Amino acid sequence: MWVVAVLCVLAAILPLVLVLYYVIAQGASGINLDFFTKLPKPVGEPGGGMANAIVGSLILVGLASLVGLPIGILGGVYLAEFGNNRFAWTVRFLADVLSGVPSIVVGIFIWAMVVVPTHRLSGMAGGAALGVMMIPTVMRTTEELVRLVPMSLREASLSLGATHWRTVFKVVLVAAKGGVVTGILLAVSRIAGEAAPLLLTAGSSPFWSTRIDQPMPSLPVQIFTYAIQPYDDWHRQAWAAALVLVSLVCVLSVAARYVTRGRFRMVR
Amino acid sequence: METAVDRTRSLKRRGIFTGRFGDGIFKWTTLLFAACVIAVIALLAYLLVADSLPAIRTFSWRFLSGRTWDPVHDVFGGLPFVYGTVVSSALALLLAFPISLGAAIFLSELAPPWLRNPLSFLIELLAAVPSVVYGIWGIFVLVPFLRPIEAWLGMRLGFVPLFSGPPYGIGMLAAGLILAIMVLPIIIAVSRDVLRAVPVSQREAAYALGATRWEAIRGPVLRYARAGILGAIILGLGRALGETMAVTMVIGNTPTISPCIFDPAYTMPSVLANEFMEATGRLHIAALMEIALLLFVVTIVINAIARLLIWSVARGAPSGVKE
Repeated sequence: MWVVAVLCVLAAILPLVLVLYYVIAQGASGINLDFFTKLPKPVGEPGGGMANAIVGSLILVGLASLVGLPIGILGGVYLAEFGNNRFAWTVRFLADVLSGVPSIVVGIFIWAMVVVPTHRLSGMAGGAALGVMMIPTVMRTTEELVRLVPMSLREASLSLGATHWRTVFKVVLVAAKGGVVTGILLAVSRIAGEAAPLLLTAGSSPFWSTRIDQPMPSLPVQIFTYAIQPYDDWHRQAWAAALVLVSLVCVLSVAARYVTRGRFRMVR
Repeated sequence: METAVDRTRSLKRRGIFTGRFGDGIFKWTTLLFAACVIAVIALLAYLLVADSLPAIRTFSWRFLSGRTWDPVHDVFGGLPFVYGTVVSSALALLLAFPISLGAAIFLSELAPPWLRNPLSFLIELLAAVPSVVYGIWGIFVLVPFLRPIEAWLGMRLGFVPLFSGPPYGIGMLAAGLILAIMVLPIIIAVSRDVLRAVPVSQREAAYALGATRWEAIRGPVLRYARAGILGAIILGLGRALGETMAVTMVIGNTPTISPCIFDPAYTMPSVLANEFMEATGRLHIAALMEIALLLFVVTIVINAIARLLIWSVARGAPSGVKE
């Protein structure tokens, strides 16, 4: 029985090893200074890079955090501090529903909400779509971690005359900081690689684009467009972009583990 | 005459400096942010229904049974996409289920403690790899690898309709395999949590009756966790149905219904990703919206069922359900 179970684990990890191997083997050759500093070249001209997509991805993640973090963290605080009523149960259930909604459907939602009224694809819309996708993860981790803060800490703060909101912001959230940061890192690592909603919201652009009311290129969308075209040079760049993306996600995952190490055991 | 001290006292009495005022604001502000989730879901549902009304009115139920998808003549039938989504997801679960059950049993019951954490981390990493990266790997590694295998299978078993198609590599089988890899981590993580939630007394009772370790797992433990494991599989199904990029890159994007798993096909999320930005006709957009609506409703139902099943075994929040 042991043998079968071990084989199953190996079979589950094999794809990870294969994917990482190919991403590193194929991507490493495309990684150079140009990749990080140059704009994409037109078809046929070798060279060029993805600087604009890298910057675009960072801006999009920043915008998404502006949408997702306040709602996620404060909503999570509400669920943990006042969350014993029917309203909170509804919010919890709907947060779970939201986390199960396919990313492309979230993209269509933001398309109808933002892109249609403003008549253009924009970084703003992309950030909003990614932000909506961050909410459930951040909210549920914040709730769980805030709940884990021992009652005695709150009581100590309240007994010194602090009000409830001061207690939450100065004591409870500080104690739960590591866990909340973990939630944020996990959420960011999830949305940083999303391409589907960005196709419909942020679009793409071969130029520098730092204005959030203009279409904004991003690494995942760039990987997709390059990979499905028949040009070898583009494939090489797509692999390089995949390597950058995977490294980013790995760093974020390791950081998420490192932050919570020892403090509170992550409830999972 | 009122001194500053008196003034402070009277303000305190009225609850302005004591912060009760602030506490009220605090409670209602956080509530407002929590309510955003309800607003998002409500708006999402409203917009999807409102924007797909033209298609719903024009085609009613024929939308689900129609096989023709012709934007030029405004004839839209979604059956090929529904078929592609259902078959590729079913294929994925068929491949992923035995492996994830075995892996979950290993992680929760058999693995030595020092091995559990690193293994769990690797499986989390598998879930964290972005969908486009699986897609590019699928195009350049998996598909070329599948081509000779499909050719060989076609030669030996070509008389079975399942294996009768041309061995392109790109097609339903590739999509199913990629999806299987992508749903593995979530099924493993949730099943592992469910198995851990099985009370020790169940195992002890089995051991007391002379059961071996394996008999204890196969009998009482798995039976106790049955509903939760089913929930984990359904949760994986929800993931597979909505997966967009990786599938779009390897399935071939051809709206046909073929019994052969080598043939190219099309799924609901893929058609949204490919056609939504190019759609200009009002009815075309509405038809795509209706597909999104279908997808939305199906994933809600599936997630609700899955969470109920998981809760029935592991009471409390199924926190292993990580996004």
